[in-house]
Amino acid sequence: MEHLAGKRNLWFTISGLLLVPCFISLLVWGLNFGIDFTGGSAWEVQYDRHVNTEDMTRVLTETGRPEVTVQQVGDSGLHRYLIRLRELAEGSEEKANLTNALETLGTLDDDAEALETVGASVGRSIRDRSVLAVAAASVGVLLYIAYAFRGTQNPILYGVCAIVAMLHDALFVLGVFSILGHFFGVEIDALFITALLTVIGFSVHDTIVVFDRIRENLKLNPDDSFEEIVNHSVGQTLVRSVNTSITVVITLLALLLFGGSTTREFVLALLIGTIAGTYSSIFNASQLLVAWQYGEIQGWFRKFTRFGRRPVHGPSINEA
Amino acid sequence: MRTRNSAMLLLIFVLTLAAGWIDLPGTTLDLGGFKADHPVREGLDLQGGLQVTLEARPPGGGSVDGETLQGTRDTLERRVNALGVAEPLIQTRGDNQVVVELPGVVDPDQAVEVLRETALLEIIYANGTSLPIGTLVQTTLGNVIGDPVATPGGATVASTPGSTELTPDPTSPVYETIISGDDLSDAFVTRDPITGQPLVAFELSGDASETFYNFTRDHVGQSMSIVVDKEVISSPNIREPISGEGTIDGMTALEAQNLSLQLKAGALGVPLEVVSSRTVGPSLGADSLDRSLVAGIVGLSVVALFMILYYRLPGVLSVVALIIYTAISFALFKLIPVTLTLPGIAGFILSIGMAVDANVLIFSRMKEELRNGRPLDRAIEGGFDHAWPSIRDSNVATMITCLILYWFGQYTGASIITGFALTLFIGVAVSLFSAITVTRTLLRTLSDIGVIRDPWLLGLGRHDLKSHPTDRSQVA
Repeated sequence: MEHLAGKRNLWFTISGLLLVPCFISLLVWGLNFGIDFTGGSAWEVQYDRHVNTEDMTRVLTETGRPEVTVQQVGDSGLHRYLIRLRELAEGSEEKANLTNALETLGTLDDDAEALETVGASVGRSIRDRSVLAVAAASVGVLLYIAYAFRGTQNPILYGVCAIVAMLHDALFVLGVFSILGHFFGVEIDALFITALLTVIGFSVHDTIVVFDRIRENLKLNPDDSFEEIVNHSVGQTLVRSVNTSITVVITLLALLLFGGSTTREFVLALLIGTIAGTYSSIFNASQLLVAWQYGEIQGWFRKFTRFGRRPVHGPSINEA
Repeated sequence: MRTRNSAMLLLIFVLTLAAGWIDLPGTTLDLGGFKADHPVREGLDLQGGLQVTLEARPPGGGSVDGETLQGTRDTLERRVNALGVAEPLIQTRGDNQVVVELPGVVDPDQAVEVLRETALLEIIYANGTSLPIGTLVQTTLGNVIGDPVATPGGATVASTPGSTELTPDPTSPVYETIISGDDLSDAFVTRDPITGQPLVAFELSGDASETFYNFTRDHVGQSMSIVVDKEVISSPNIREPISGEGTIDGMTALEAQNLSLQLKAGALGVPLEVVSSRTVGPSLGADSLDRSLVAGIVGLSVVALFMILYYRLPGVLSVVALIIYTAISFALFKLIPVTLTLPGIAGFILSIGMAVDANVLIFSRMKEELRNGRPLDRAIEGGFDHAWPSIRDSNVATMITCLILYWFGQYTGASIITGFALTLFIGVAVSLFSAITVTRTLLRTLSDIGVIRDPWLLGLGRHDLKSHPTDRSQVA
């Protein structure tokens, strides 16, 4: 078995390198928020023939909606178009007028129409709730891990390392979607927040399995160095981590390839998060435990801040 | 030990049969009509429909109180029922919103129009007769059939199939409106000081007191009817003349509560504003469902193949356990009932991944025990005992996030999100059961019968069954 824990700085560097573009994209371009957060309407219509998006934009503009953006969605044979515009009320006279305008270009299929309208105030409160939900999930998980690992020397540390690994995964998913949003117009909606929370749950799920093994091995081999124990535990759970990920990735890939377009971005977020979660549970979470236990993290902080606790060196956690 | 295992095996067998029976589509082999009562509930995204969030905006600003909101909700529920939508969902949210979900509604435009109307409360005189609750009437208050403005939910939806009952028979008599919601200033539930019976007390404002006094004085002993949106909700008897304040008795506490809510909401006549809506065409949903099913079947088959190739006999057992798991989860979805949505199906498929994980953990542990030289039966028990803490802890963490997701989804009013949280939660809970009980019992049974002799079946090389004293940490 490779000595994974010994190469921890390499793993941290890989994570860091992957996160840099995510960070930059988030800072420069931010996230492309959809109507769930900004308010407005997303209107999907289906024609019986091909229609130019420019023509659609033109007739809608003439009917008093110059702000629309139109793009084709779904399989090209379906002639489906997504119209984004400011709030358009279902059942309103204006909607009937716009529908009439669109009908001048071709026949619309009533049964395949979809309209989602979110009021601006609703959008704001959904945004607030999203932040609250992610924060609550983090705190809930932190508390549970601290409780589950109360028998160890430093239960909070396990919680903190799991959360750091989880933030790594969440940030990665956010970063990728920020990049996708900039280049491909992929939007962040309430369903994305759902995916993000699931990734958080899954990431922690994975990390706990490794931590559980560390907890057990600490009891079995109290004389081994902490690094040895972590390395051994990661090795023992490696096959399981990879196998579990493979099964989840297989199901998600099936959903991505064969599932409907409605959930495509949702599944993509889950897929990216699952892969990041597996990486971070093997290469980050448990290695962070070692780095902390050996005072390396405190050392990094000291480099930056010039003060802080002296690193504690020692082969055994009993001295730490 | 062995008899307990047999009993367990029998229990699992019966459970699987029962779950499988509930899962069967339609009314196949329906005993006693039980299954007909438990169809699969499909969300908006699967069967199309309308979800709309209405916000109560009292005239002149201000806020509505909880009771008025509840009354508004009840009014909306009655209108929705009249629309003839199967399994509507109407719930209040926050302090001033009501979420209405109408799966499979044919014409969302008209449905929204019906919902947005301000409730019209009237007290009418039915020429002395006592109208039964639910009767649709015509009244003198702006009420000519065919005038869509004055007939909320009346003529405007007459063309929609299933909503014809909204329109009263045009030949029915037109009753006189005595007072309307505007004349009512308050209503509340109280109790008769002497008999202790529940009463609905109401107060009238200014001019209406006199009108109402004159009317009740002239019709003592006769019936009047309270009407919301032209539908009779109560027909009390006039016992004595009433001027400013009156009470209505002869109801259960619950009925009194409902009536007072109706009066209160009607008194305010709270206008409703659509703050968000989502409509999905019916053909979109069917397409999405088919695609998800294909995806689910492909995904599961590949996972099953992987499990069998990698873990061999235990892999086969885990696939059997997964099938049982799927059957039980799906039966629960039907019984609870969980509204199935596309993300919900994704959540369920994801939970299958987690269920596989529990099996993977157990088998890995079992292999280790075997490599350490344990006999098979002890390796099975050891494998389970060692894998349990991590299975428990990791799944509890997932359940915590599910609960938070559910809360988040409830707030955003999206059944899409709550559906996902609920299916994932149930999936994880059932997977705990299936891993610990089903897989274990099946393994024990095979071990008892003595089928598993060949180490190859367990995914081990022949040399693996000897212990390795050199590997210090694994002997511990």
